[in-house]
Amino acid sequence: MKITIRRGDTPETFEVASVLTLLEALEEIKQKQDASLSFSHGCRSSVCGSCAVRVNGKEVLACAHKVEDGDEVEPLRNLPVLRDLVVDAEKALQTNIRAKAWLQEYSDMALSDEDEQRNALQSDCILCGSCYSACPVFSVNEAFLGPFALTRDWKYVVDPREASPKSKIDAIQQNGVWDCTLCNECTLVCPQEISPKQDIEKLRAKSAQFGYSDPSFGSFDGGFGNNFNDGTLQF
Amino acid sequence: MQKVLIIGSGGAALAAAVSAKENGAEVIVVGKEYPTRSQTCMAQGGINAALYAPDSIEQHIADTLAAAKGLANEEAVTLMCQQAPSAIAWLDAIGTPFSRTPTKQIAQRRLGGASHPRACYAQDYTGLKILHTLYDYANKLGVTFVNEHFLLELLTNEQKQVCGALFYDIRNGRVESIQASSVILATGGYSKLYHTHSTNSKAATGDGIVAAAKVGAKLSNMEFIQFHPTALKSSSILISESARGAGGKLLNSSKERFVDELKPRDEVSLAIYRQMQAGQEIFLDIRHLGEEFITKELPQERKLALLYENVDPLTELLPIKPAAHYTMGGISVDLKMQSTLKGLYAVGECSESRVHGANRLGGNSLLEIIVFGKIAGENAAKNKQEVFVCSEEKILHAKEKLQKLFTKNPTKNIYDTRKTLGDLFYEKCGIERSEKELQTLLQKIEEIQNSLNDYGIEDKAHNYNTNIVDYFEFENILYIAKEVATAALKNDTSVGAHRRSEK
Repeated sequence: MKITIRRGDTPETFEVASVLTLLEALEEIKQKQDASLSFSHGCRSSVCGSCAVRVNGKEVLACAHKVEDGDEVEPLRNLPVLRDLVVDAEKALQTNIRAKAWLQEYSDMALSDEDEQRNALQSDCILCGSCYSACPVFSVNEAFLGPFALTRDWKYVVDPREASPKSKIDAIQQNGVWDCTLCNECTLVCPQEISPKQDIEKLRAKSAQFGYSDPSFGSFDGGFGNNFNDGTLQF
Repeated sequence: MQKVLIIGSGGAALAAAVSAKENGAEVIVVGKEYPTRSQTCMAQGGINAALYAPDSIEQHIADTLAAAKGLANEEAVTLMCQQAPSAIAWLDAIGTPFSRTPTKQIAQRRLGGASHPRACYAQDYTGLKILHTLYDYANKLGVTFVNEHFLLELLTNEQKQVCGALFYDIRNGRVESIQASSVILATGGYSKLYHTHSTNSKAATGDGIVAAAKVGAKLSNMEFIQFHPTALKSSSILISESARGAGGKLLNSSKERFVDELKPRDEVSLAIYRQMQAGQEIFLDIRHLGEEFITKELPQERKLALLYENVDPLTELLPIKPAAHYTMGGISVDLKMQSTLKGLYAVGECSESRVHGANRLGGNSLLEIIVFGKIAGENAAKNKQEVFVCSEEKILHAKEKLQKLFTKNPTKNIYDTRKTLGDLFYEKCGIERSEKELQTLLQKIEEIQNSLNDYGIEDKAHNYNTNIVDYFEFENILYIAKEVATAALKNDTSVGAHRRSEK
């Protein structure tokens, strides 16, 4: 079968034997046909988050995608391409720091099974960057915190051990929770079935509890939040 | 201020990093990947700690020593097991989402070789969730990360003290040196020596062990390689021990059980190997555990079995084989995680800290990286050694070596040889090894080493050249291969994971 791989500005077509996963196809090409083909990979068990790419316009993990004849493979969007299918994830990872995605202040308490279930799904995140790539907000606001950092924040906000959820809510008001268009693209591509969109909605409700409100209310910008203004809060 | 350079960025590296940082050092973590992509994320089963009666720290120590078959150090094992409950409390305090029981305790399950349910877990994502929580905490403390830098060599001063390292920046092809008052290696194991017969990530190529050995650090127990009993047959994808802990059964072609599934890994793997040698196919049966349990406790297993074997474990038997999973050997370290060289510490799978001996218990490796990671970080932060300035000569030498690689054209393919070597090791230095077969293996390794000049890189680009990374890993694996085969040949006593046969 034939697959096409975007390399820089040009797509290149490769013939691959009938193989199981896209990652196996990429490895076969690198080892037998063209050693210069560049892609990232690691565990091949869908847990290290290294091998996310786009196939036919949708984000997938190469190790979990069964390759089909005619597949068009390209690197993730919204991140600088270093070479072929490899992107530079540094900027995306910085969003975790900007969102203060960590346990700020520990409150010593025994959790129940239900407590743990509250963020069991969010803590399945493998930081593969699929949601970051699928998010349309970055094309209008490069400073957006993006789906995974916000999901990560929700993970800690909802954790009863976090004594200072406000520290996170404060950190996500600007270029954060209100900038999402709730289009749900992030949810559709998450290999771990997490819904950052839902987490963002919950973060909005939590923000309201802390006295914040949608800065776009009262401004007639067609629902695009503060993408086109300076991002200051309007109370 | 003390400057601590940590090489590798998985769980052991992060535990060391936050500990060094909390002890006042300036910390820089340099890895060939990104932190959350390391091998730690693949650990599924759990992290051991005797938390609740009737389990006890004494039992944990006894189980660990028994599995190690006399090759562990009691003092080191005691240190690890005693600090296990506080390690879990610490992980809880930084936000690790452990599974819980209805009575609000941290949930624990029984893994092979354990006298009690002792492995704290987070579904079958224990390693992933610990790793990501450590990463978040490191971000909170402001640890500096330098990603996608491949370790070329360690730097030493005239007194043989380790005081930095040279790296290849994968993104731009430049050689960089980083000096520090102490260096911690946390670069992982070498199971990828077995190539397609390993459950591990691509990156488990023993890079730090090779760099340490090349500057004279002592290695130990290199022949002890743990074969996990249940890897998927065609892909070597891991099916967690928790599947057996929960009641999964091992069956042969006649659908008969042939071993107590909860014995330590070396014994179960050997029993499977013997069945396979006798022409049997081996299967893991978890059908009776039911959909609800499998979906909640083993979510990864079903997905992977469907993808790689086209088998649904809810209704079908899983074809399995033992595969190289964990390497007990490595850089020999003392109770402070210091190697035989001053200024050089090692922790996690790259180290041989004398807690696993001849066979590691499931749940003890995540424990080791947390407890000993913290000890390594603390000691490295306190190591009063001046930051030495690396001579330009060393950097020039490394650059010249690289230049040669970029100018020559290889006639042999590193990928083919990696596969050949992996197959050979599985066959001749696998679950059973004989003197004759090990000699043949060593001869083959020497042949490859003698023809190293014929190998090289086909891709001559300087930006993000993964072909050169594969080449560096190929060289490292070749070095490791010789160490493992030599150690296996030298040790004619069958013990734990090292089993000699008379064939």
